[in-house]
Amino acid sequence: MNDPRWFLTVAVILFTLGMAGFLIRRNLLVVLLSVELMLNAGALVLLTFARVWQDPGGHAFFFLVVALAAAESAVGLALIIAVFRLRRKIDSDDLAELEG
Amino acid sequence: MLEILFWILSALAVIGGVAAISLRTPLYCALSLIVSFVSLAGLYFQLKAAFPGILQIMLYAGAIMVLVVFVIMFINLPEDEIDADERSRAGVLISLLFLVPLAALLIGVVWTSEMEPFEAVAADFGSIPVVGRELFTTWLYPFEVLSLLIVAAMVGAVVIAKKRLTDE
Repeated sequence: MNDPRWFLTVAVILFTLGMAGFLIRRNLLVVLLSVELMLNAGALVLLTFARVWQDPGGHAFFFLVVALAAAESAVGLALIIAVFRLRRKIDSDDLAELEG
Repeated sequence: MLEILFWILSALAVIGGVAAISLRTPLYCALSLIVSFVSLAGLYFQLKAAFPGILQIMLYAGAIMVLVVFVIMFINLPEDEIDADERSRAGVLISLLFLVPLAALLIGVVWTSEMEPFEAVAADFGSIPVVGRELFTTWLYPFEVLSLLIVAAMVGAVVIAKKRLTDE
């Protein structure tokens, strides 16, 4: 595969899938997984352009993105555990107190 | 050969992604997401990004997803809670109404832009020494800031998730 546009197309599809999961699903765990999918689509774009411009900076930045994703999922999972302790369920539609 | 591999890997990545957002049980969602991540690692290898590919398998498909699966086991939702996870048909339709044009627009932008095909790269492109040199020279400051962020996230995760003694 020599055309970077195919890789970008895959990234777009994965990003949209992640967005769809984020909007459609109510289980907070699956919502978090959708965010991970979107992050990975972004990482694929980074690496594609690192290849196009032959710049290892994209690879270094991928490292930063992975570390960021680890921090994000650690805090997100901690929040999910806290919500589960409070409510005994992890349904995002249940957490609507701020709606007033 | 590489072309067939690309199609197989990207099909696996997309199918894994679709399964991850459409399966009902959270554990199955996490497992299909691992399939998606591992095939993405294959795509990274095709982009001559060996170090990111290894990182993807070890950190993403390994560490992060193990953490997720661990929490899924820990939470252990009752059966009727899992069945409740559905939006109304109208909600799904409205989100698709926004997302499908968005995807079409982005793909249109990708395919109308002029892009050179990949050129040959140096043999050590994407190897650990090259990426490491880049990381600890150009990206040193973000790297150091990120270590602070990781510490903050670690402390925050412990504080948020620990059982409060004043409860109950």
